[in-house]
Amino acid sequence: MADTYAKLVQSDIGKRVADLLGLPQPVELRRHTPGEPLVPGVALLGGAAGGFLLDTASKLLVDAGTEVHEQPDEADTRYAAVVYDASGIETSEGLDDLYRTVQGGVRRLARNARIVVLAADPDEVADLRHRTAQRALEGFTRSLAKEVGGKGATVNLINVAPDAEQGAVAPLRFFLSGRSAFVTGQVVTVGPPTDVAPSVPADHDKPLAEKVAVVTGAARGIGAAIAETLGRDGAHVVCVDLPSAGQQLADVANSVGGAAFPLDVSAEDAPEKLVSYLTERHGGVDILVHNAGITRDKTLAGMDDKRWDMVLGINLVAIERINEHLLEQDALKDNGRIIALSSAVGGIAGNRGQTNYGATKAGIIGHVAGLAPTLAENGSTANAIAPGFIETEMTDRMPFGPREVGRRISSLGQGGQPLDVAEAIAYLAGPDTTWINGTVLRVCGQSLLGA
Amino acid sequence: MAAKKKNDARQAVVVGGNRTPFARSNGAYANASNQDMLTAAIDGLIARYGLAGERLGEVVGGAVLKHARDFNLVRESVLGSALAPDTPAHDIQKACDTSIEAAVSISNKIRLGQIDAGIACGTDTTSDAPVALNEDLREVLMDANRAKEPLDFVKLVGRLRPSQLVPEIPRNAEPRTGMAMGEHQAITTAEWEISREAQDAIAVASHNNLFAAYENGFFDDLVTPFQGLNRDDNMRPGSDMEKLAKLKPVFGDPETGTMTAANSTPLTDGAAAALIATPAWAEERDLPQLARVVDAESAAVDYVHGHEGLLMAPAYAVPRMLDRNGLTLQDFDIYEIHEAFAGTVLSTLAAWEDDAFCKERLGRDEALGSIDMSKLNPKGSSLATGHPFAATGARIIATAAKQLDEMGGGRALISVCAAGGNGVVMILEA
Repeated sequence: MADTYAKLVQSDIGKRVADLLGLPQPVELRRHTPGEPLVPGVALLGGAAGGFLLDTASKLLVDAGTEVHEQPDEADTRYAAVVYDASGIETSEGLDDLYRTVQGGVRRLARNARIVVLAADPDEVADLRHRTAQRALEGFTRSLAKEVGGKGATVNLINVAPDAEQGAVAPLRFFLSGRSAFVTGQVVTVGPPTDVAPSVPADHDKPLAEKVAVVTGAARGIGAAIAETLGRDGAHVVCVDLPSAGQQLADVANSVGGAAFPLDVSAEDAPEKLVSYLTERHGGVDILVHNAGITRDKTLAGMDDKRWDMVLGINLVAIERINEHLLEQDALKDNGRIIALSSAVGGIAGNRGQTNYGATKAGIIGHVAGLAPTLAENGSTANAIAPGFIETEMTDRMPFGPREVGRRISSLGQGGQPLDVAEAIAYLAGPDTTWINGTVLRVCGQSLLGA
Repeated sequence: MAAKKKNDARQAVVVGGNRTPFARSNGAYANASNQDMLTAAIDGLIARYGLAGERLGEVVGGAVLKHARDFNLVRESVLGSALAPDTPAHDIQKACDTSIEAAVSISNKIRLGQIDAGIACGTDTTSDAPVALNEDLREVLMDANRAKEPLDFVKLVGRLRPSQLVPEIPRNAEPRTGMAMGEHQAITTAEWEISREAQDAIAVASHNNLFAAYENGFFDDLVTPFQGLNRDDNMRPGSDMEKLAKLKPVFGDPETGTMTAANSTPLTDGAAAALIATPAWAEERDLPQLARVVDAESAAVDYVHGHEGLLMAPAYAVPRMLDRNGLTLQDFDIYEIHEAFAGTVLSTLAAWEDDAFCKERLGRDEALGSIDMSKLNPKGSSLATGHPFAATGARIIATAAKQLDEMGGGRALISVCAAGGNGVVMILEA
């Protein structure tokens, strides 16, 4: 779990040596602490004329108590956030305003700053030139993310469907906050709007209050971090893991003030057991996080039935069966959330020796996309999270070379923490993400793998 | 009648239970203390029912083999657990009846309206047992503590002997007879002419029933794996009469004795806890109500002067409890009789079938009769799970309550014999 190199170059002496040798110097990322301001400093806010998202962004920043500048001041202020509404850019020539405005912010960027570009979803734009300009933003933001990552800064793009401004608040809040420390170079699509409007949590430090969440594979690693984070955000967390996880699972459940439910998710009767538990104990479930997963790597030529069946059974079939039964029994509450763990490497990029794992993790992406329209009727959503290199016991056991490469090839020059994955899940679990449905969010620090 | 009505208004229901898997002595839990195990059992229970941070009315429990430093064992375990630190707790000790007596105490407090919810628990380890100073040496040291003048110390040094280095190790023996429990039972077993085959059959059923229950997931919400152990490691799936027939007697006559290591419980480490509450308390939290604690009865027998077998107290307790509740021995769907020894179970059943015993010893008109043996310990009992003395009662209560709930209703008779000629019996109903 310890990135010794990153710690070393963050120290005084280490930094000097790294400077001398021109070594990469990952910075310590700003992460969320309940009670801290959304933006720890001044925000630069701009937008092209005719955009439909500037008011939304402005209101969020002002409500959060952020000091907002419309252009860089004379006093050499460092900007903790740069927000630009590009939705009004209707021609490629108009991108000029984006370039100038964001450049002004980037030249005065604070460490760990957040750059967010808001756009009209190109797929929903009819005019050809307008659409071209909006699509151009993706290349702009992804490239900029690679330039500012060394400062711990992130750049993300929010594509918003017409009339879905309200749905843009949650991702904008997420990208500005410490919760999105390891999410950069990503595109989020909001909308189109449905009959159920996103509901704003009363307390942004407890956005999941009164919610019942289930986390599978909760006894350790990323699962334990998810349980902890959902618990911190106010949810009652039912922690599921193999019965053999025993005491470890009980300890996680107790530490998050939740409950332990030992269950092999791939067992024949697991969907029935889980759903009847949730129905009896809680009258259903608000948030279901499918985190449990395994790897049994082998090239396809050498693959055996056991490796194939186990990985498929636990990583994909179990998720499908549980979701099917959950929906059949109508046990997912209104405005419910299903979030499944995919993988940036296995599920998107592909990885040697992981035909089984890759199939399951890509399958998950199709599964949530397919579920989305049905769920939307009740204001519910299904989304996937695709983590990149996350520091866990598993990566600790990797050989030195691949591990160091895994860490340094992200734009942020380091691996993520289990907490970073958990924060992304907590964000998607929020009551205000109703119009983000069927999507995949990568938590990978913009790793080269799985781009 | 007024008092009875009041009792009816407040019921005590078993919400659920939790235990560590039980481990044979000096094995998986060789380095776990009573407090480690009891804390784990309580934490597992809290996690199962999502009660972290809650203040319960009372936690009662104990251990039989206890270090002096563990005088507040249960309270210390509660403080180390996820329960609210202002949950009161106290220790009791009644040998193998410790946690069933704790359950009696908790359910009585609940029914009296003093508390709404509590935990009955117990733990024991024979791997981390207290070893005391030799009694002679202890006296010398106590005198040294009282000595004032240097000369007094010199005199005391003269009282030291090499033999005093031999420590006092706790023994599974009755102080008043010096006989091991097994030796006592061997007498009773012989008196009731219990055959070797009958005892081995109880042992085989116990192992096979326990194994089947594990395989069917029955213990998924009763046991929380601890320190790498997932199931009771004393369990021998596939036990059969032929294998058991080869064992030599360990208690009683070396030639004609019938009690072997297989039909006697081994020394075991482990802890168990049961959560008992009012129906309203459980309902408020959407928690299960597995079974209601109907009644309980204690008995003791005079084994010292040979009038009765050491472990026969339940044979006296049950009829008294049945009469009070207007029930017969046959009115039960499950009989959970603690298998201290297979001979104990069979001697008790034989006594109830025996006209002379029931007339002369119990003062009844006729025998209580026999039971349907298929209803006896259907999920296995102490011969298979092992028997960490103080944990057994809580294990049995939770096991019985869950069976009743799964059956969709019924009545269970629980019987736990104990050292000192004690016994506690209980009725659960669902």
